[in-house]
Amino acid sequence: MTALPQLAEPPRRRRRSIGRRRGMLGLVLSLPAFGLLGLFFIWPLIRTVFMSLHDWPLLGVPEFIGFGNYVKAFSDDQFLRAVGFTFFYTLVMTPILLVLAFALAFLVRRGTRAHRFFQTIYFLPVVIGLAAGSYIWLFMWQSDIGPTTQLLGSVGLVDPTKNYFADFWTAFAIVVGMVTWKVVGLQMLLVLAGIQAIPDEVNEAARIDGASAWQSFWYITVPLLRPTLALVLVFSVAGSLLAFDQFYIMTTGGPAGSTLTAVYEIYRNGFVKFDVGYASALSILLMVVLGLVSAGQMLLLRNSDNS
Amino acid sequence: MTRTESRPSPATAAFSGVDPDTIPRGRPRILPTAAWWVVAVCLAVLFLYPIWVMVSNVDVADLLKLTDASRGLSIFQSLGNSAFVSITATLVTLVASTFAGYAFAKLPYRGSTVAFFVILVTFMVPFQAVITPLYIVLRDIGLQNNLVGVALVIATFNLPLSTFLMRNSFAAIPSSLEEAAQIDGAGPFTAMWRIMLPVAVPGLVSATLLSFFAAWNDFFAALILITDQKLYTLPVSIGILSTDNQFGVDFGLMQTGVLITVIPCVIIYLVLQRYYVAGLLGGALK
Repeated sequence: MTALPQLAEPPRRRRRSIGRRRGMLGLVLSLPAFGLLGLFFIWPLIRTVFMSLHDWPLLGVPEFIGFGNYVKAFSDDQFLRAVGFTFFYTLVMTPILLVLAFALAFLVRRGTRAHRFFQTIYFLPVVIGLAAGSYIWLFMWQSDIGPTTQLLGSVGLVDPTKNYFADFWTAFAIVVGMVTWKVVGLQMLLVLAGIQAIPDEVNEAARIDGASAWQSFWYITVPLLRPTLALVLVFSVAGSLLAFDQFYIMTTGGPAGSTLTAVYEIYRNGFVKFDVGYASALSILLMVVLGLVSAGQMLLLRNSDNS
Repeated sequence: MTRTESRPSPATAAFSGVDPDTIPRGRPRILPTAAWWVVAVCLAVLFLYPIWVMVSNVDVADLLKLTDASRGLSIFQSLGNSAFVSITATLVTLVASTFAGYAFAKLPYRGSTVAFFVILVTFMVPFQAVITPLYIVLRDIGLQNNLVGVALVIATFNLPLSTFLMRNSFAAIPSSLEEAAQIDGAGPFTAMWRIMLPVAVPGLVSATLLSFFAAWNDFFAALILITDQKLYTLPVSIGILSTDNQFGVDFGLMQTGVLITVIPCVIIYLVLQRYYVAGLLGGALK
């Protein structure tokens, strides 16, 4: 309807004005998205930087203190310990997810009915929220009443009366188990997509040249999956560095603060101790670390594309 | 995958029906068949075991207790809050990302490439990192401790992925389709709404599912931005609902609450699996 009057105009002008009008419409159409991002992302981001330079109680008068919060962070034992634990958790989680994701993907990599059935099952926990998964595993490993402690206790594998969340190593292992169960299906899916992208002809050619199944797996499939490997790495590292829900629900940071993560410390400083200026400084530090890690992984991703 | 086998789609190649007869020739076997079944079934048991633990500890008495508002909080309230937040967040994400995605794909303007890049960068920054000032911004505009506020925050952080998916969906449609519509007298907006959007439906469904699941399962935003427990969404309220004044944590109540939280996601996943998987892969393999 709007196009009709323009038919009367000279062709050249018409095209230009349509181009400009289309551009205007494009700009207008992207306004809602930028309104949301501006209000709930970019503005808070700017405020994070601003607030991090203040002693800013949640209720009360802020006072400019320069880099005081950052200086404090580097001598805050609890925060440094949380950062150390977060890195440790990431270092444990990532290889487990990588190995299992590849193993599962190779197990069920074909398009047959049986393979697709097992793909569905292994992926099912992904759609269950991290919080819901945490509540289930918290119950499973309760002393005396937990179904898993009872089951494994009845065959003598574990001590059913032990409080598994009061010991760092068992609590940590339970969280690692829960997260693996909950997210490995997603990683498996990424690897499956990577395998699917390798042309059949490549393996075919290797077979004709006399390669065995294991040889073509190790020397052809695995090297061709390096970009996929980098992708799975990015997902599990970023996810692990931001861990919060599972520790909040299952260990509440305990025993004795030993499983507090970086995000957990931001939460505690901002919303338990109400020191939002300090929490903002910790947020900035977290963003810097995440940025550095992502940049490093991008480099890895690019290098593996080149080779 | 049983529902999707007859409709292969390129983006879901991993899950879709590849002709089984052509596979064994090109892809060598690593495990013999019997061993494969043993390993696959054992793993399936491990993956299903926690779900079985949850389901087997649900009982009707607990369900009635959870719905009893005289305990201070009824699970219906939390369920309503979760539904409201998830549906609002999903709708906002969809409208904003469909418009923006269409603009980036078909109506380029000066600076639109940069704008799209900005959106992709926000994809990289987690919202946990800006949560503290976010709380204060919401307080300033009167949306702190407010379900609309939580929904808008969740919508914003689902926006980059969703915009990316919608842009790719629209970009994959040949422009000749839109030109044909315009020759027939449709303006750019009508062309988008009547002609292009119906073709982009698979992308739209993927974006809907990803946004809805992320909103439904969100824990962190609701925990921090809501302070009144009557306004908590399910993932946060389960902890309160399963705490009995007399006996502490009641794990039967907890598992019943978890079941109610999980059921919608599992059903939606099993029915619309193809779109969900396509969306995940489309977002990841950019």
